Amino acid sequence: MEDQNNGFEAEDTLQPKDNPRRDFLKKSSLLTAVALTPGVAVKAAENHLDEKIAAVFEKLSLDVTVNGTAHNLSVEPRVTLLDLLREQLHLTGTKKGCDYGQCGACTVHVDGHRVNSCLTLAMMVDGKKVTTIEGLAKGDELHPMQEAFIKHDGFQCGYCTPGQIMSAVACIREGHANSEAEIREYMSGNICRCGAYPNIVNAIQEVKTGGQQV
Amino acid sequence: MKQFQYVRPANQQSVLAAIAQPGTKIIAGGSNLVDLMKHGVMAPDKLVDINKLPLRNISGISNGLHIGALALNSQVAEDQQVKTKFPLLSQALNAGASAQLRNMATVGGNMMQRTRCPYFYDTAMPCNKRAPGTGCGAKEGFNRMHAIFGFSDKCIAVHPSDMCVALAALDATVLIQGKKGVRKLKFTDFHRLPGVTPELDNNLAKDELITGLEIPNNNFAQHSYYLKVRDRASYAFALISVAAALDIHNGIIKDARLAMGGVAHKPWRLTAAEQLLKGKPATVANFEQAAQVAMQGAKAFKDNAFKLKMAPASITEALTHAAGLA
Repeated sequence: MEDQNNGFEAEDTLQPKDNPRRDFLKKSSLLTAVALTPGVAVKAAENHLDEKIAAVFEKLSLDVTVNGTAHNLSVEPRVTLLDLLREQLHLTGTKKGCDYGQCGACTVHVDGHRVNSCLTLAMMVDGKKVTTIEGLAKGDELHPMQEAFIKHDGFQCGYCTPGQIMSAVACIREGHANSEAEIREYMSGNICRCGAYPNIVNAIQEVKTGGQQV
Repeated sequence: MKQFQYVRPANQQSVLAAIAQPGTKIIAGGSNLVDLMKHGVMAPDKLVDINKLPLRNISGISNGLHIGALALNSQVAEDQQVKTKFPLLSQALNAGASAQLRNMATVGGNMMQRTRCPYFYDTAMPCNKRAPGTGCGAKEGFNRMHAIFGFSDKCIAVHPSDMCVALAALDATVLIQGKKGVRKLKFTDFHRLPGVTPELDNNLAKDELITGLEIPNNNFAQHSYYLKVRDRASYAFALISVAAALDIHNGIIKDARLAMGGVAHKPWRLTAAEQLLKGKPATVANFEQAAQVAMQGAKAFKDNAFKLKMAPASITEALTHAAGLA
Protein backbone atom coordinates (compact mmCIF):
# COMPACT_ATOMS: atom_id res chain seq x y z
CA MET A 1 0.00 0.00 0.00
CA GLU A 2 1.36 3.39 -0.92
CA ASP A 3 1.65 5.68 2.03
CA GLN A 4 -0.82 8.52 1.72
CA ASN A 5 -0.50 10.05 5.12
CA ASN A 6 3.04 11.23 5.66
CA GLY A 7 4.27 7.70 5.42
CA PHE A 8 1.97 6.29 8.07
CA GLU A 9 0.02 3.16 7.37
CA ALA A 10 -3.72 3.54 7.56
CA GLU A 11 -3.94 0.88 10.28
CA ASP A 12 -1.45 2.83 12.30
CA THR A 13 -3.47 5.82 13.37
CA LEU A 14 -0.76 8.33 14.04
CA GLN A 15 -2.62 11.58 13.56
CA PRO A 16 -1.21 15.04 13.61
CA LYS A 17 -2.70 16.66 16.66
CA ASP A 18 -1.58 20.17 16.47
CA ASN A 19 -3.75 21.59 13.74
CA PRO A 20 -3.98 25.03 15.33
CA ARG A 21 -0.22 25.27 14.99
CA ARG A 22 -0.36 24.27 11.36
CA ASP A 23 -3.12 26.83 10.78
CA PHE A 24 -1.08 29.43 12.53
CA LEU A 25 1.90 28.75 10.35
CA LYS A 26 -0.20 28.77 7.22
CA LYS A 27 -1.92 32.01 8.11
CA SER A 28 1.04 33.86 9.49
CA SER A 29 3.12 36.03 7.28
CA LEU A 30 6.41 34.77 6.00
CA LEU A 31 8.15 37.34 8.16
CA THR A 32 6.55 36.01 11.34
CA ALA A 33 7.34 32.44 10.37
CA VAL A 34 10.95 33.36 9.71
CA ALA A 35 11.22 35.13 13.05
CA LEU A 36 9.81 32.21 15.00
CA THR A 37 11.36 29.22 13.32
CA PRO A 38 14.81 27.72 12.94
CA GLY A 39 16.79 27.21 9.79
CA VAL A 40 15.05 24.28 8.22
CA ALA A 41 11.66 25.97 8.34
CA VAL A 42 13.08 29.25 7.14
CA LYS A 43 14.42 27.46 4.12
CA ALA A 44 11.08 25.83 3.50
CA ALA A 45 9.25 29.10 3.94
CA GLU A 46 11.50 30.85 1.49
CA ASN A 47 10.53 28.21 -1.01
CA HIS A 48 6.84 28.73 -0.17
CA LEU A 49 6.54 25.16 1.03
CA ASP A 50 4.02 25.79 3.77
CA GLU A 51 3.02 22.17 3.96
CA LYS A 52 6.58 21.22 4.61
CA ILE A 53 6.86 23.61 7.51
CA ALA A 54 3.79 22.07 9.01
CA ALA A 55 5.18 18.58 8.53
CA VAL A 56 8.44 19.42 10.23
CA PHE A 57 6.69 20.88 13.24
CA GLU A 58 3.86 18.42 13.33
CA LYS A 59 3.01 17.07 16.73
CA LEU A 60 1.83 13.52 16.82
CA SER A 61 -0.79 11.81 18.87
CA LEU A 62 0.50 9.57 21.64
CA ASP A 63 -1.53 7.21 23.80
CA VAL A 64 0.32 6.14 26.89
CA THR A 65 -0.64 4.95 30.35
CA VAL A 66 1.51 6.45 33.08
CA ASN A 67 1.19 5.10 36.62
CA GLY A 68 -2.23 3.69 35.77
CA THR A 69 -3.61 6.84 34.17
CA ALA A 70 -4.32 6.81 30.43
CA HIS A 71 -3.19 9.91 28.55
CA ASN A 72 -3.77 11.07 25.02
CA LEU A 73 -0.98 13.51 24.39
CA SER A 74 0.47 15.56 21.62
CA VAL A 75 4.23 15.40 21.20
CA GLU A 76 6.96 16.42 18.83
CA PRO A 77 8.88 13.38 17.56
CA ARG A 78 12.11 14.55 19.18
CA VAL A 79 10.68 14.65 22.70
CA THR A 80 12.13 11.95 24.93
CA LEU A 81 10.08 9.96 27.40
CA LEU A 82 12.06 11.68 30.17
CA ASP A 83 11.11 15.16 28.98
CA LEU A 84 7.53 14.08 28.41
CA LEU A 85 7.27 12.85 31.99
CA ARG A 86 8.94 15.88 33.54
CA GLU A 87 7.84 18.76 31.33
CA GLN A 88 4.44 17.70 30.05
CA LEU A 89 3.10 15.44 32.79
CA HIS A 90 4.97 17.24 35.60
CA LEU A 91 6.17 13.96 37.07
CA THR A 92 9.49 15.30 38.25
CA GLY A 93 10.42 12.30 40.36
CA THR A 94 12.25 10.84 37.37
CA LYS A 95 15.56 12.70 37.22
CA LYS A 96 17.63 14.01 34.36
CA GLY A 97 21.22 13.17 35.24
CA CYS A 98 23.49 12.83 32.23
CA ASP A 99 20.70 12.74 29.60
CA TYR A 100 22.90 10.35 27.55
CA GLY A 101 22.13 6.93 28.98
CA GLN A 102 25.22 6.79 31.17
CA CYS A 103 23.93 7.36 34.70
CA GLY A 104 20.53 5.66 35.13
CA ALA A 105 18.89 8.53 37.05
CA CYS A 106 16.08 8.52 34.47
CA THR A 107 15.23 4.82 34.86
CA VAL A 108 11.52 4.00 34.52
CA HIS A 109 9.58 0.83 33.68
CA VAL A 110 7.98 0.42 30.26
CA ASP A 111 5.59 -2.52 30.20
CA GLY A 112 7.37 -3.70 33.35
CA HIS A 113 10.92 -3.51 31.97
CA ARG A 114 13.45 -0.95 33.17
CA VAL A 115 14.76 1.43 30.52
CA ASN A 116 16.62 4.74 30.30
CA SER A 117 13.85 7.26 29.61
CA CYS A 118 16.39 9.81 28.35
CA LEU A 119 17.20 7.65 25.31
CA THR A 120 13.60 6.59 24.69
CA LEU A 121 11.63 8.73 22.28
CA ALA A 122 8.19 9.42 23.72
CA MET A 123 6.54 8.26 20.49
CA MET A 124 8.08 4.83 21.01
CA VAL A 125 6.01 4.16 24.13
CA ASP A 126 2.76 4.62 22.19
CA GLY A 127 0.26 2.09 23.52
CA LYS A 128 2.51 1.09 26.44
CA LYS A 129 2.37 1.30 30.22
CA VAL A 130 4.97 3.45 31.94
CA THR A 131 5.67 3.30 35.67
CA THR A 132 7.71 6.03 37.36
CA ILE A 133 8.84 6.43 40.95
CA GLU A 134 5.53 8.25 41.63
CA GLY A 135 3.70 5.06 40.65
CA LEU A 136 5.35 2.70 43.14
CA ALA A 137 3.67 3.69 46.39
CA LYS A 138 0.06 2.81 47.12
CA GLY A 139 -1.31 6.07 48.43
CA ASP A 140 0.59 6.86 51.63
CA GLU A 141 1.96 3.33 51.84
CA LEU A 142 5.49 3.27 50.48
CA HIS A 143 6.72 0.46 48.26
CA PRO A 144 8.89 -2.06 50.19
CA MET A 145 11.93 -0.90 48.21
CA GLN A 146 11.31 2.72 49.20
CA GLU A 147 11.01 1.64 52.85
CA ALA A 148 14.23 -0.37 52.57
CA PHE A 149 16.16 2.55 51.02
CA ILE A 150 15.08 4.74 53.96
CA LYS A 151 15.92 2.08 56.53
CA HIS A 152 19.36 1.33 55.08
CA ASP A 153 20.21 4.94 54.25
CA GLY A 154 20.53 4.02 50.57
CA PHE A 155 21.18 7.60 49.49
CA GLN A 156 22.87 10.81 50.46
CA CYS A 157 21.94 13.66 48.11
CA GLY A 158 19.04 11.62 46.73
CA TYR A 159 19.32 12.66 43.09
CA CYS A 160 19.98 9.16 41.75
CA THR A 161 17.51 7.55 44.16
CA PRO A 162 14.36 7.38 42.00
CA GLY A 163 16.38 5.68 39.26
CA GLN A 164 18.10 3.40 41.80
CA ILE A 165 14.76 2.33 43.26
CA MET A 166 13.12 1.70 39.87
CA SER A 167 16.18 -0.31 38.85
CA ALA A 168 16.26 -2.19 42.16
CA VAL A 169 12.62 -3.26 41.82
CA ALA A 170 13.28 -4.50 38.29
CA CYS A 171 16.48 -6.24 39.43
CA ILE A 172 14.49 -8.39 41.87
CA ARG A 173 11.66 -9.00 39.38
CA GLU A 174 14.19 -10.14 36.77
CA GLY A 175 15.66 -12.63 39.22
CA HIS A 176 19.06 -10.94 39.31
CA ALA A 177 19.27 -10.19 43.04
CA ASN A 178 20.55 -13.54 44.31
CA SER A 179 23.89 -12.40 45.70
CA GLU A 180 25.75 -9.21 46.46
CA ALA A 181 27.90 -9.70 43.36
CA GLU A 182 24.88 -10.26 41.14
CA ILE A 183 23.10 -7.20 42.55
CA ARG A 184 26.17 -5.05 41.97
CA GLU A 185 26.49 -6.29 38.38
CA TYR A 186 22.82 -5.81 37.52
CA MET A 187 22.65 -2.41 39.24
CA SER A 188 25.74 -1.13 37.38
CA GLY A 189 23.60 1.04 35.12
CA ASN A 190 22.78 3.31 38.04
CA ILE A 191 25.59 5.58 39.15
CA CYS A 192 25.62 7.10 42.66
CA ARG A 193 28.23 9.82 43.01
CA CYS A 194 27.70 9.97 46.78
CA GLY A 195 28.81 6.35 46.90
CA ALA A 196 25.81 4.90 48.72
CA TYR A 197 26.35 1.57 46.95
CA PRO A 198 26.85 -0.67 50.04
CA ASN A 199 23.62 0.62 51.56
CA ILE A 200 21.75 0.28 48.28
CA VAL A 201 22.89 -3.34 48.03
CA ASN A 202 21.76 -3.93 51.65
CA ALA A 203 18.34 -2.45 50.90
CA ILE A 204 17.88 -4.68 47.84
CA GLN A 205 19.05 -7.77 49.72
CA GLU A 206 16.61 -7.11 52.53
CA VAL A 207 13.65 -6.75 50.16
CA LYS A 208 14.76 -9.84 48.25
CA THR A 209 15.18 -12.03 51.34
CA GLY A 210 12.03 -10.57 52.91
CA GLY A 211 10.15 -12.12 50.03
CA GLN A 212 7.75 -9.19 49.76
CA GLN A 213 5.83 -8.69 46.56
CA VAL A 214 7.70 -6.12 44.47
CA MET B 1 18.29 17.77 18.79
CA LYS B 2 17.41 18.68 15.22
CA GLN B 3 13.74 18.33 14.35
CA PHE B 4 12.79 15.31 12.32
CA GLN B 5 9.78 13.46 11.05
CA TYR B 6 8.78 10.16 12.56
CA VAL B 7 7.01 7.34 10.79
CA ARG B 8 6.09 3.88 11.97
CA PRO B 9 5.32 1.64 9.00
CA ALA B 10 3.32 -1.49 9.66
CA ASN B 11 5.03 -3.77 7.17
CA GLN B 12 8.42 -4.54 5.69
CA GLN B 13 7.62 -3.18 2.23
CA SER B 14 6.74 0.22 3.65
CA VAL B 15 9.94 0.20 5.71
CA LEU B 16 12.02 -0.58 2.62
CA ALA B 17 10.28 2.20 0.66
CA ALA B 18 10.85 4.68 3.50
CA ILE B 19 14.53 3.93 4.10
CA ALA B 20 15.35 4.25 0.40
CA GLN B 21 14.68 7.99 0.68
CA PRO B 22 17.66 10.21 1.50
CA GLY B 23 17.97 11.56 5.03
CA THR B 24 16.18 8.63 6.65
CA LYS B 25 17.41 6.41 9.46
CA ILE B 26 15.93 3.31 10.99
CA ILE B 27 15.20 3.42 14.71
CA ALA B 28 14.70 0.22 16.71
CA GLY B 29 15.79 0.51 20.36
CA GLY B 30 17.26 3.95 19.86
CA SER B 31 19.83 3.54 22.63
CA ASN B 32 22.71 4.53 20.35
CA LEU B 33 20.93 6.59 17.67
CA VAL B 34 19.11 8.93 20.09
CA ASP B 35 22.40 9.45 21.92
CA LEU B 36 24.14 10.32 18.64
CA MET B 37 21.30 12.64 17.63
CA LYS B 38 21.53 14.48 20.95
CA HIS B 39 25.26 14.94 20.34
CA GLY B 40 24.58 16.18 16.81
CA VAL B 41 26.73 13.40 15.38
CA MET B 42 23.80 12.05 13.40
CA ALA B 43 20.99 14.31 12.23
CA PRO B 44 18.42 12.40 10.16
CA ASP B 45 15.46 14.23 8.60
CA LYS B 46 13.20 11.29 9.19
CA LEU B 47 13.17 8.33 11.55
CA VAL B 48 11.60 5.07 10.45
CA ASP B 49 10.49 3.18 13.55
CA ILE B 50 10.54 -0.52 12.67
CA ASN B 51 9.14 -1.85 15.95
CA LYS B 52 5.88 -2.90 14.31
CA LEU B 53 7.68 -5.52 12.21
CA PRO B 54 7.38 -9.11 13.49
CA LEU B 55 11.13 -9.64 13.90
CA ARG B 56 11.33 -10.32 17.63
CA ASN B 57 11.31 -14.11 17.75
CA ILE B 58 14.08 -16.50 18.66
CA SER B 59 13.39 -19.91 17.17
CA GLY B 60 15.13 -23.18 16.46
CA ILE B 61 15.88 -24.01 12.82
CA SER B 62 17.08 -27.30 11.34
CA ASN B 63 20.79 -26.52 11.70
CA GLY B 64 20.81 -24.02 14.53
CA LEU B 65 19.02 -20.96 15.86
CA HIS B 66 17.30 -18.01 14.21
CA ILE B 67 17.25 -14.71 16.09
CA GLY B 68 15.02 -11.88 14.84
CA ALA B 69 16.66 -8.49 14.31
CA LEU B 70 14.32 -6.86 16.83
CA ALA B 71 15.00 -9.38 19.61
CA LEU B 72 16.17 -7.36 22.59
CA ASN B 73 19.69 -7.84 23.92
CA SER B 74 18.27 -8.86 27.32
CA GLN B 75 15.79 -11.25 25.66
CA VAL B 76 18.58 -13.01 23.76
CA ALA B 77 20.89 -13.11 26.79
CA GLU B 78 18.18 -14.74 28.92
CA ASP B 79 16.81 -17.07 26.23
CA GLN B 80 17.03 -20.70 27.31
CA GLN B 81 18.03 -21.96 23.85
CA VAL B 82 20.76 -19.35 23.60
CA LYS B 83 22.02 -20.16 27.10
CA THR B 84 22.10 -23.87 26.35
CA LYS B 85 23.43 -23.88 22.79
CA PHE B 86 25.46 -20.66 22.67
CA PRO B 87 26.40 -19.60 26.21
CA LEU B 88 29.20 -17.50 24.67
CA LEU B 89 26.58 -15.20 23.12
CA SER B 90 24.66 -14.89 26.36
CA GLN B 91 27.84 -14.06 28.27
CA ALA B 92 28.93 -11.47 25.71
CA LEU B 93 25.53 -9.76 25.76
CA ASN B 94 25.49 -9.60 29.55
CA ALA B 95 28.99 -8.09 29.49
CA GLY B 96 27.67 -5.19 27.40
CA ALA B 97 26.02 -1.94 28.50
CA SER B 98 23.63 -1.96 31.48
CA ALA B 99 20.47 -3.88 32.32
CA GLN B 100 18.40 -0.87 31.22
CA LEU B 101 20.15 -0.49 27.88
CA ARG B 102 19.97 -4.23 27.20
CA ASN B 103 16.19 -3.94 27.64
CA MET B 104 16.15 -1.33 24.86
CA ALA B 105 18.87 -2.37 22.42
CA THR B 106 18.00 -4.82 19.65
CA VAL B 107 20.22 -7.36 17.93
CA GLY B 108 20.12 -5.42 14.64
CA GLY B 109 20.78 -2.15 16.42
CA ASN B 110 23.71 -3.63 18.31
CA MET B 111 25.26 -4.58 14.96
CA MET B 112 24.63 -1.07 13.60
CA GLN B 113 26.00 0.83 16.61
CA ARG B 114 28.69 3.38 15.92
CA THR B 115 32.14 3.63 17.41
CA ARG B 116 32.60 5.39 20.76
CA CYS B 117 35.79 7.10 19.56
CA PRO B 118 35.69 10.48 21.34
CA TYR B 119 36.76 12.28 18.16
CA PHE B 120 33.76 10.77 16.36
CA TYR B 121 31.45 11.94 19.15
CA ASP B 122 32.84 15.47 19.46
CA THR B 123 31.56 17.52 16.52
CA ALA B 124 34.24 20.15 17.16
CA MET B 125 36.95 17.60 16.29
CA PRO B 126 38.11 16.30 12.93
CA CYS B 127 36.86 12.80 12.12
CA ASN B 128 36.86 11.04 8.77
CA LYS B 129 34.09 8.73 9.91
CA ARG B 130 31.70 11.51 10.91
CA ALA B 131 32.81 14.10 8.36
CA PRO B 132 34.85 12.45 5.57
CA GLY B 133 37.92 14.39 4.57
CA THR B 134 38.37 16.30 7.83
CA GLY B 135 41.14 14.01 9.08
CA CYS B 136 41.53 11.67 12.05
CA GLY B 137 41.81 13.36 15.42
CA ALA B 138 42.67 10.16 17.22
CA LYS B 139 45.76 9.16 15.25
CA GLU B 140 47.90 11.90 16.81
CA GLY B 141 45.53 12.53 19.71
CA PHE B 142 44.41 10.66 22.79
CA ASN B 143 44.16 7.12 21.48
CA ARG B 144 44.15 4.87 24.50
CA MET B 145 40.94 3.07 23.44
CA HIS B 146 41.89 2.65 19.80
CA ALA B 147 42.76 -0.08 17.31
CA ILE B 148 45.88 -2.21 17.11
CA PHE B 149 44.73 -4.22 14.08
CA GLY B 150 43.24 -3.38 10.69
CA PHE B 151 43.25 0.40 11.05
CA SER B 152 44.01 2.79 8.21
CA ASP B 153 45.49 6.23 7.75
CA LYS B 154 41.94 7.58 7.78
CA CYS B 155 40.58 5.93 10.93
CA ILE B 156 41.83 4.04 13.98
CA ALA B 157 38.46 3.62 15.75
CA VAL B 158 37.24 0.31 17.19
CA HIS B 159 33.85 -1.33 16.99
CA PRO B 160 32.27 -1.15 20.47
CA SER B 161 30.07 -4.26 20.53
CA ASP B 162 30.49 -7.32 22.73
CA MET B 163 27.65 -9.26 21.11
CA CYS B 164 29.28 -8.94 17.69
CA VAL B 165 32.54 -10.45 18.94
CA ALA B 166 30.69 -13.58 20.06
CA LEU B 167 28.70 -13.75 16.81
CA ALA B 168 31.91 -13.48 14.77
CA ALA B 169 33.34 -16.42 16.71
CA LEU B 170 30.12 -18.43 16.34
CA ASP B 171 30.08 -18.30 12.52
CA ALA B 172 26.73 -16.49 12.46
CA THR B 173 25.03 -15.42 9.23
CA VAL B 174 23.20 -12.11 8.76
CA LEU B 175 19.84 -12.14 6.95
CA ILE B 176 19.32 -8.98 4.93
CA GLN B 177 16.13 -7.92 3.19
CA GLY B 178 16.43 -5.70 0.14
CA LYS B 179 13.94 -4.68 -2.51
CA LYS B 180 14.92 -7.65 -4.64
CA GLY B 181 14.76 -10.22 -1.87
CA VAL B 182 16.78 -11.70 0.96
CA ARG B 183 20.54 -12.09 0.92
CA LYS B 184 22.77 -13.83 3.44
CA LEU B 185 26.08 -12.47 4.58
CA LYS B 186 28.66 -14.13 6.81
CA PHE B 187 28.76 -12.21 10.07
CA THR B 188 32.50 -11.72 9.71
CA ASP B 189 31.84 -10.02 6.34
CA PHE B 190 29.17 -7.69 7.71
CA HIS B 191 31.43 -5.10 9.33
CA ARG B 192 34.17 -3.38 7.35
CA LEU B 193 37.69 -2.24 7.96
CA PRO B 194 38.05 1.53 7.62
CA GLY B 195 40.33 1.68 4.57
CA VAL B 196 39.70 4.91 2.68
CA THR B 197 35.98 4.94 3.51
CA PRO B 198 35.77 4.93 7.32
CA GLU B 199 32.30 6.51 7.06
CA LEU B 200 31.07 3.04 6.13
CA ASP B 201 30.89 0.83 9.22
CA ASN B 202 29.45 -2.17 7.41
CA ASN B 203 28.28 -3.62 4.11
CA LEU B 204 24.56 -3.00 4.60
CA ALA B 205 23.20 -0.88 1.75
CA LYS B 206 21.13 2.21 2.56
CA ASP B 207 17.94 0.57 1.27
CA GLU B 208 18.44 -2.75 3.06
CA LEU B 209 17.08 -4.02 6.36
CA ILE B 210 18.64 -6.57 8.74
CA THR B 211 15.86 -9.04 9.49
CA GLY B 212 17.73 -11.56 11.61
CA LEU B 213 20.66 -13.85 12.29
CA GLU B 214 21.29 -17.54 11.99
CA ILE B 215 23.77 -19.31 14.24
CA PRO B 216 24.75 -22.83 13.21
CA ASN B 217 24.87 -25.61 15.79
CA ASN B 218 28.32 -26.39 17.15
CA ASN B 219 30.13 -28.39 19.80
CA PHE B 220 31.50 -25.44 21.73
CA ALA B 221 28.84 -25.01 24.42
CA GLN B 222 30.82 -26.96 27.05
CA HIS B 223 34.00 -24.99 26.52
CA SER B 224 33.39 -21.35 25.79
CA TYR B 225 34.18 -18.15 27.61
CA TYR B 226 33.77 -14.42 27.03
CA LEU B 227 36.39 -12.31 28.76
CA LYS B 228 36.01 -8.55 28.91
CA VAL B 229 38.74 -6.32 30.30
CA ARG B 230 37.62 -2.77 31.06
CA ASP B 231 38.37 0.25 33.21
CA ARG B 232 35.72 -0.61 35.79
CA ALA B 233 34.10 -3.87 36.84
CA SER B 234 30.91 -3.31 34.85
CA TYR B 235 29.19 -0.94 32.45
CA ALA B 236 32.20 0.19 30.41
CA PHE B 237 33.42 -0.46 26.90
CA ALA B 238 36.10 -3.07 26.39
CA LEU B 239 39.77 -2.28 26.42
CA ILE B 240 40.16 -5.86 25.20
CA SER B 241 37.58 -8.60 24.95
CA VAL B 242 37.99 -12.20 23.84
CA ALA B 243 35.40 -14.73 22.73
CA ALA B 244 36.91 -18.19 23.06
CA ALA B 245 35.23 -21.46 22.09
CA LEU B 246 36.82 -24.90 22.11
CA ASP B 247 35.70 -28.38 21.14
CA ILE B 248 37.82 -30.65 23.35
CA HIS B 249 37.89 -34.46 23.24
CA ASN B 250 40.11 -36.36 25.66
CA GLY B 251 42.21 -33.28 26.25
CA ILE B 252 42.77 -32.64 22.53
CA ILE B 253 41.36 -29.57 20.79
CA LYS B 254 39.27 -30.78 17.84
CA ASP B 255 38.17 -27.30 16.82
CA ALA B 256 38.53 -23.73 18.06
CA ARG B 257 36.96 -20.31 17.55
CA LEU B 258 38.53 -17.07 18.70
CA ALA B 259 37.57 -13.44 18.20
CA MET B 260 38.65 -10.22 19.86
CA GLY B 261 36.90 -6.94 20.59
CA GLY B 262 38.33 -3.51 21.35
CA VAL B 263 41.17 -4.01 18.88
CA ALA B 264 39.81 -3.21 15.41
CA HIS B 265 37.13 -1.48 13.34
CA LYS B 266 35.27 -4.80 13.31
CA PRO B 267 35.12 -7.91 15.48
CA TRP B 268 38.59 -9.39 14.97
CA ARG B 269 38.50 -13.09 14.21
CA LEU B 270 41.77 -14.90 15.02
CA THR B 271 41.83 -17.65 12.40
CA ALA B 272 45.59 -18.28 12.49
CA ALA B 273 45.43 -18.93 16.23
CA GLU B 274 42.40 -21.20 15.73
CA GLN B 275 44.33 -23.25 13.16
CA LEU B 276 47.31 -23.53 15.46
CA LEU B 277 45.17 -24.92 18.27
CA LYS B 278 43.51 -27.63 16.20
CA GLY B 279 44.78 -31.09 17.10
CA LYS B 280 46.86 -29.80 20.01
CA PRO B 281 46.42 -30.66 23.68
CA ALA B 282 44.40 -28.11 25.64
CA THR B 283 47.25 -26.71 27.73
CA VAL B 284 48.11 -23.21 28.91
CA ALA B 285 51.41 -23.44 27.00
CA ASN B 286 49.55 -24.02 23.75
CA PHE B 287 47.15 -21.20 24.55
CA GLU B 288 50.10 -18.85 25.07
CA GLN B 289 51.50 -19.92 21.71
CA ALA B 290 48.15 -19.28 20.03
CA ALA B 291 48.04 -15.84 21.64
CA GLN B 292 51.46 -14.99 20.19
CA VAL B 293 50.31 -16.06 16.72
CA ALA B 294 47.15 -14.01 17.13
CA MET B 295 49.17 -10.87 17.82
CA GLN B 296 51.20 -10.96 14.62
CA GLY B 297 50.78 -7.68 12.77
CA ALA B 298 49.54 -5.75 15.79
CA LYS B 299 50.71 -2.15 16.01
CA ALA B 300 50.09 0.36 18.78
CA PHE B 301 49.70 4.12 18.91
CA LYS B 302 50.96 6.59 21.50
CA ASP B 303 48.52 5.70 24.29
CA ASN B 304 47.42 2.12 23.61
CA ALA B 305 50.69 0.17 23.68
CA PHE B 306 49.36 -1.58 26.80
CA LYS B 307 47.00 -3.47 24.50
CA LEU B 308 49.97 -5.28 22.93
CA LYS B 309 50.49 -6.98 26.30
CA MET B 310 46.90 -7.05 27.49
CA ALA B 311 45.57 -8.71 24.32
CA PRO B 312 47.70 -11.89 24.33
CA ALA B 313 47.29 -12.21 28.10
CA SER B 314 43.53 -11.95 27.63
CA ILE B 315 43.51 -14.55 24.85
CA THR B 316 45.42 -16.98 27.07
CA GLU B 317 43.13 -16.30 30.01
CA ALA B 318 39.94 -16.69 27.96
CA LEU B 319 41.15 -19.99 26.48
CA THR B 320 42.21 -21.22 29.90
CA HIS B 321 38.73 -20.47 31.27
CA ALA B 322 37.05 -22.01 28.22
CA ALA B 323 39.07 -25.21 28.66
CA GLY B 324 38.12 -25.39 32.34
CA LEU B 325 41.74 -25.03 33.46
CA ALA B 326 41.33 -21.76 35.31
